[in-house]
Amino acid sequence: MRAVQSQVPGRGPLPVVGEADLDGKFVVTVMELSGEDGLLGCIQCGTCTGSCQLSSWMDYTPRRIVDMVRKGLAREVLASRAIWYCASCYYCTVRCPRGIKLTEVLYALKSLALARGYAEPGAPAPAFYRTFFEVVGRYGRLYEPGLMIGVALRSGFGRLFRLAPLGLGMLRRGKMALLPERVRAVDEVRALMERVSRGLVRR
Amino acid sequence: MSEVRIAVYVCHCGTNIADKVDVAGVREFARRLPGVEVARDYQYMCADPGQELLRSDIRERGINRVVVASCSPRMHEATFRQVLESAGLNGYLFEMANIREHCSWVTEESELATHKARALVAAAVKRVRFHAPLEERYVEVNQKALVVGGGIAGIEAALKIARAGKKVWLVERGPSIGGKMAGLDKTFPTLDCSACILTPKMVEAAQHPKITLLSYSEVEGVDGYVGNFQVTVRRKARYVREEDCTGCGTCYQKCPKKVPSEFDGGLSHRKAIYVPFPQAVPNVPVIDRSNCIRFQTGRCGACEKFCPRDAVDFEQEDEFLTLEVGAVIVATGYETFQPQEAPQWGWGRYENVLTARQLERLVNASGPTGGKVLLRRDGEFTDEVPKSVAVLHCIGSRDENYYPYCSRLCCMASLKLAHLIREKTGAQVYSFYIDIRSAGKGYEEFYTRVQAEGIQFIRGKGAEVLERDGQLYVHAEDTLLGAYREVPVDMVVLSTAVTPAPGAERVAQIFGIQRGQDGFFLESHPKLEPLKTATEGIYIVGCCQGPKDIPDSVAQGAGGAAEVLSLLTAGRVQISPVVAEIDAEACSGCKVCVPLCPYSAIKYDEERGACGVNEALCKGCGTCVASCPSGALSCRHFTDEQIYAQIEEVSSL
Amino acid sequence: MTMRRYWYYPGCSGHASARDYQRSVALISPALGLDLVEVEDWNCCGTTAMTSVEPRLSVVLSARNLALAEEAGGRADLVVTCNSCYAILRRAQEQYARRREVRAEVDEALAGIGRRYSGTVRVRHLLEVLVRDVGLDALRERVRRPLSGLRLAPYYGCLLGRPRNDFEDPEEPLSMDRLLEATGATVVRFDRKSKCCGGALITTHEEAALELVREVLSEAAAREARAVVTACPMCQFNLDAYQAKVNAAFGTRLRLPVLYFSQVLGLSLGFGASELGLGQRFVPVGGVGKL
Repeated sequence: MRAVQSQVPGRGPLPVVGEADLDGKFVVTVMELSGEDGLLGCIQCGTCTGSCQLSSWMDYTPRRIVDMVRKGLAREVLASRAIWYCASCYYCTVRCPRGIKLTEVLYALKSLALARGYAEPGAPAPAFYRTFFEVVGRYGRLYEPGLMIGVALRSGFGRLFRLAPLGLGMLRRGKMALLPERVRAVDEVRALMERVSRGLVRR
Repeated sequence: MSEVRIAVYVCHCGTNIADKVDVAGVREFARRLPGVEVARDYQYMCADPGQELLRSDIRERGINRVVVASCSPRMHEATFRQVLESAGLNGYLFEMANIREHCSWVTEESELATHKARALVAAAVKRVRFHAPLEERYVEVNQKALVVGGGIAGIEAALKIARAGKKVWLVERGPSIGGKMAGLDKTFPTLDCSACILTPKMVEAAQHPKITLLSYSEVEGVDGYVGNFQVTVRRKARYVREEDCTGCGTCYQKCPKKVPSEFDGGLSHRKAIYVPFPQAVPNVPVIDRSNCIRFQTGRCGACEKFCPRDAVDFEQEDEFLTLEVGAVIVATGYETFQPQEAPQWGWGRYENVLTARQLERLVNASGPTGGKVLLRRDGEFTDEVPKSVAVLHCIGSRDENYYPYCSRLCCMASLKLAHLIREKTGAQVYSFYIDIRSAGKGYEEFYTRVQAEGIQFIRGKGAEVLERDGQLYVHAEDTLLGAYREVPVDMVVLSTAVTPAPGAERVAQIFGIQRGQDGFFLESHPKLEPLKTATEGIYIVGCCQGPKDIPDSVAQGAGGAAEVLSLLTAGRVQISPVVAEIDAEACSGCKVCVPLCPYSAIKYDEERGACGVNEALCKGCGTCVASCPSGALSCRHFTDEQIYAQIEEVSSL
Repeated sequence: MTMRRYWYYPGCSGHASARDYQRSVALISPALGLDLVEVEDWNCCGTTAMTSVEPRLSVVLSARNLALAEEAGGRADLVVTCNSCYAILRRAQEQYARRREVRAEVDEALAGIGRRYSGTVRVRHLLEVLVRDVGLDALRERVRRPLSGLRLAPYYGCLLGRPRNDFEDPEEPLSMDRLLEATGATVVRFDRKSKCCGGALITTHEEAALELVREVLSEAAAREARAVVTACPMCQFNLDAYQAKVNAAFGTRLRLPVLYFSQVLGLSLGFGASELGLGQRFVPVGGVGKL
């Protein structure tokens, strides 16, 4: 077992939160986007963190993210590493004693981080999500070589070389198509995507 | 009928009503209604000066009908009726308009609330005109009482009633009284031995000349009404004659069949013929038929052969008794959450994950390990003592996936167990908690003491227990550090939720008790009538009403006894005159109403060829009235005239 | 044998990395009386990646697939073989039913492309169809080659029982245990059967995801399973293709073939290893396929 890392901020002066740094509307935005209106009922028990297999990689624990959202630490939440570590396993959601659908909240936070420009373009997860979006927009379905190349274009060709053996392995085992499959009515798919993602940039 | 002179009072209820409803406006509106002589508004109509207003208006202004617009009639109708009586006016010449629960509390806009209040007042004024004086009657109260459930609350109630000289039947479902408390080792916060303080009470209950103990018995049905209940009790066949048995124990020593012990939470074995624990009262074994070789195969019969008193009787059958009592106390207790429903905490999957109740048995000197906290391997106890133990609070409690309420006693029970484990093993003990709720006399002091003993407190709920390479780990967030932790431990103790007892639904049905959303029995008022129920003469005490610790259960048991004694001592009880009546001339004798009556209050009289209502049994529910095809039935105080007047008025505004 | 008809949604991986899965499904279905008809011109469900770009994107994308199944008619259920597609399509239905503003948006977006979704189609995992519609008794009757003595670890992953549905338990799923038992195989106890394998993170946070893969595979190995069995292309690929990397990163010597339940079932029904696509994997099936 990897030694469990603690996220205790051990160095530097204690953080001081100025009232002006707090975005009182942030929690409302997150609740609206996620459809999860129970955030205010969180009792900070940490069941989410304790159930999360990725917590030890995060800079803030899931429980803390919830409280930061409630208190309006929008910048810190959206620039955090934690939100990109969510694997959407839904353990926090099914175990939360207050029934909070934290996985939905995390979707909303990632979406806001992308829309508000907090996610660095080259960072692996944002690059992956953006490319996925483009690939599906182009073909209506996932095209794995397209995804790999797209991610590499965003986050540097080093990644492409690291992915190459895997891609070749897939090809050899008939697990990857060289040519993309395209939905016949791909225009329909694009229209749907455009319609819903239009508001994205403005959030 | 003399001239109708109505007085209307609009209550502010402090700010409860006045904040939403324009009370002065409603008063002015009422003043102009036909028949209204006086209209006033006042801060608290239920308080002394408010009552005095009513009295002086009745005396000095010749008022003969009264409307109070205030709270629910459930709250104060009886209060105001008495005020009318004290001023010489019949209490039924009164009508209440509920402008609090039905209006100010549930309406957002002030204007709408005021409008609704006006409509309700107008309807009450219209209705009260048709009210007729009704006379209350009284019936005798039977001087015996019944207590259902032989846990600490029920024992306390039975003893208090018996000591006052009244006869009590104490009915217990299990083979022994003692309840959950009998399974505990020490009790918080004083750490006195549970058995030492409970056993004397159990013995007293069994020996008291005024108490008849019916163990291994269940209530099957209740008839009658306050002061005069007929209760049917099933005495389940024990297959051992209580009067012959001396409790020598030969039978269960000889019995070859081993069964996991319920009392020890499956951590030890009992026999198919058994007493649940050594101090059982009565000390008479029972045969568990489903596990008895004799009953299942016809062979064996060892217990019968070896019994020196020939007390074993395989032919015994269930018996039924009918008890006549004036009042009933229901003290049917609770159960604890069974964590096999929640595999994330590892109970049933890992053998060193125990519930708090199981651990109580381990630390108990009469338990399966003689009071030692030991680890298990392959289903058996080893002689190995755990070096680290985690106590997980709130397992199933405060959790919408299981039980949303706080179980109230487990924080303290968990602290006690943490202390006992530390004391007995010297292990490192971790306490995983969300909040420590130590509200109670001496409780916070106990928490302080346990802290000083070096228990590791981790503020974070134990999310999961998982084994890796033979080692248990508790996964949780240490929320005060903001850190994820996987704490390796040898043993895990789950402080499981307090839940309604199995069968609570049936008990509620039999006794006409309502249940809350959480499944516990519902008291008739959350503050002022915590022991009464919707059925008069039926009281609830202890954990059947909600989670409680021992001191609170004992206090409630005594309180329930006080309720019963005040009813019995009064000797008679008022019967509401709001009952159905039958116009024998108009009755066609069709008997449609007879089976519909939920209280079996209607009988058909062959001689008169008409039905008749037993007023003592009738609750005035109106079911029969609605069903009568010839219009012969009516309900006093809810006549067609009265109801239509009210409906017409409320819908005309 | 009467055939039961279903619409079938293979998902993107069904046409790419999980072609062996699809082959085995195509092979066993008719043998079990299932007529799976692929939905015409389906699109990507949106998966968690698109949901993270915008939580409603996968709702509209899924809604088009649901609308296509409804348009195709026949009141048949929509059968899915990928746990991720299953969860995302069900999430779309749940959000559509529960959130008025989402429903309005979806209705409008679909109307814009001349389609309509009425919320009637049932989304079901093939595993559910096998266990409930076909039934374990019927499966047992059709087993030609009982897989006696074969120790298998059933791995369900996250999305078959979570967040919540009317099919599987979120903590302790059992359907695959029962199905594998019906083939005569021995199912090992598997505490991590519904843990996350990190599939959603493998391309973006490989180091973290590999740890999760190791957790799952290590327990399966410790329980002496001969193979891990999955019901999801994401899980299968992750546990299979990254096993070598796990061994390199942690110094482990894991060598556990990762199969689909449909392939295991196919073996017991008497189909051959190669027609079931057992060759198409990174960790070779070895003796498992020769039963």
